[in-house]
Amino acid sequence: MAHHDHAHDDHAHDEHHGPEKGIMRWIKTTNHKDLGTLYLFFAFTMFFIGGLMSLVIRAELFHPGLQFVDPEFFNQMTTMHALVMIFGGVMPAWVGLANWMVPMMIGCSDLALPRINNWGFWILPFAFTMLLGTLFMEGGAPAGGWTMYPPLVLQTGNAFPFLIFAVHLMGISSITGAINVAVTILNMRAPGMSLLKMPLFVWTWLITAYLLIAVMPVLAGAVTMLLTDKYFLTSFFTASGGGDPVMFQHIFWFFGHPEVYILILPAFGIVSTIIPTFARKALFGYDSMVYAVASIAFLSFIVWAHHMFTVGMPLAGELFFMFATMLIAVPTGVKVFNWVATMWKGSMTFESPMLFALAFVFLFTIGGFSGLMLAITPVDFQYHDTYFVVAHFHYVLVPGAVFAILAGVYYWIPKWTGRMYSEKWGKIHFWLSAIFINITFFPQHFAGLAGMQRRVPDYAVQFVDWNVWSTIGAFGFFLAQFIFIFNMLACCYGWFGRKQGLPDRVWEGAHGLEWTVPSPAPYHTFEVPPVVSDNELTATHDAVDALDKHKLS
Amino acid sequence: MDAGARRSTFKFVLVVVGMFGFGFALVPMYNALCDAIGLNGKVKMQAAAEPVQVDTSRTVTVQFVTTVNGGRTWEFRAEEDSVKVHPGEMRAVKFYARNTEGRDLIAQAVPNVAPMEAAKHMRKTDCFCFNQQPFAAGEEKHMPVVFMLDPALPKDVDTVTLSYTFFEVEQVAHQGAPAQPKI
Repeated sequence: MAHHDHAHDDHAHDEHHGPEKGIMRWIKTTNHKDLGTLYLFFAFTMFFIGGLMSLVIRAELFHPGLQFVDPEFFNQMTTMHALVMIFGGVMPAWVGLANWMVPMMIGCSDLALPRINNWGFWILPFAFTMLLGTLFMEGGAPAGGWTMYPPLVLQTGNAFPFLIFAVHLMGISSITGAINVAVTILNMRAPGMSLLKMPLFVWTWLITAYLLIAVMPVLAGAVTMLLTDKYFLTSFFTASGGGDPVMFQHIFWFFGHPEVYILILPAFGIVSTIIPTFARKALFGYDSMVYAVASIAFLSFIVWAHHMFTVGMPLAGELFFMFATMLIAVPTGVKVFNWVATMWKGSMTFESPMLFALAFVFLFTIGGFSGLMLAITPVDFQYHDTYFVVAHFHYVLVPGAVFAILAGVYYWIPKWTGRMYSEKWGKIHFWLSAIFINITFFPQHFAGLAGMQRRVPDYAVQFVDWNVWSTIGAFGFFLAQFIFIFNMLACCYGWFGRKQGLPDRVWEGAHGLEWTVPSPAPYHTFEVPPVVSDNELTATHDAVDALDKHKLS
Repeated sequence: MDAGARRSTFKFVLVVVGMFGFGFALVPMYNALCDAIGLNGKVKMQAAAEPVQVDTSRTVTVQFVTTVNGGRTWEFRAEEDSVKVHPGEMRAVKFYARNTEGRDLIAQAVPNVAPMEAAKHMRKTDCFCFNQQPFAAGEEKHMPVVFMLDPALPKDVDTVTLSYTFFEVEQVAHQGAPAQPKI
């Protein structure tokens, strides 16, 4: 991550000007590595803030009745927690990882649009200052849920325009990031790296970028309609003026469902990178992995109404969305089986990135199965808006997306900083995280199946036990993350006497262009396009090839 | 930046602009779809009924539900809770409403039909929902609805619920903020 304190040590590229000194380096930077660092620091700051909000929620739900916060503030917490985690945490973390790794993986010197890159990042602090500032306004922050359904959201007080404009800014930031990554991947690959030779993280990000470019503008349009409905006398969603509030749900989820794949596809890429490294085998079924990601992305556009089975739809519609949703399990299953097949007969070791990647495969699959249960329309009428849904999407987002982000940071931090993290504390962090996350979210399946609703600060006494477990798990998970933060900051700043001096190929089983540059990666890499040797290609198109290639004898 | 990168940037920006427009284009598309298949129980807001053969072999119960939006205390109810009709038969019912607030107001009723398969078979020749209804302070009205159920109504539908929600038209201009009582 940050290495401004030792930037002067970087003699490797004396012919280039190094980074500027002081704060202006970070404000003016157009360097993909600096911006990747900024994105990651921003994302983890937001994870911390959103995490604090989740602790308010969990503390209130520790017991039935109202103890710490009033219901209005509770609703603000659920709404803001989601917005901060999705748009401030996970999405910037992925853009940060793409910034750092995509140019180094495809062998180009920087992203295609470096100044847009700077702008896209620096919008975010403004967007989140606006959004978080609403907490201190008269009337409080938005409290109608992150999905912003009218007519409820139109009752938001002074916070309403701040919410809308913050969403616009986040959207602009994501779109610029996505265009930048997609243009880079399509135009700036090193000679010899054809599309079907790209590392899977690059592939998943390319498809994610397409999704972002396609759906973020739709969200921008939907929230603009909310804005004009409230202030400019339009009636897009106002029944008395001939509008229809249900239409908002359709437009929102037309954005919202591809959005959930935006949050998870890069995680597939990370896991597909890490498992082959520590299984010391090439990824099994590279081509099918690419086609699976593309199919998932396509299907994500035709399943949106499974979020709204209970609003009233014709039977044919309910059936269509049910079957289309279940169809997604096929390409997702292909991916899971490919990861398992990659490990088959591999020489596996269990360093921290591998542990998080393995937990991802296992726990994301649990989240996928509960998703299949939710896809079944008749039973969804029971599960809808219960804690079963909360358990489902937290399983795919926390041990899914967030574990993959953690795995990626563990995997590449030695390359970024030139210092190895503490494996002992990495393992402690992993086991605490894996145990506490299950204590947090597994009981919520049962609470939900038994009928506990989401977004309510109070509940019937029959749900007490499950909620006590959930709250204990949430506090434990939150605290365990500080181990990670200190472990990573120690790599950045050389605390605890951590010395630089790692080999270029930090992990013996790792392949890819990023492992051919020194550790830490110099400020400028691949200013001359590299020759892509066969050893650095992570793609294999042949089953026999896949078994033998990269396998250490 | 080379020409290829410039060209693909331009293409992506076009897609972004196009998708922003597509978000708005979804509005007329959605409304057309609802009109075509009666999605969401939406009812045609114009008078339309040509005489058809009355199907006396079936009797359908039509129930009436009334709501006033936003917790207002206006009185608003159907004068009969429900009526039994034969498909094709023209029937007139009356709704009663009284403005209990000490000020003049303009109201608009929005109809909805359940089950939604019945929506496009609910034909009205007259309805107070076709127009905005001005109410003086304290004024009461008996408002007519003349409707007919199309004989094409699916055979398994034996009960149709017709619901009206009264909105204050003023409120559309001040969404969310409850209209201040005029002094």
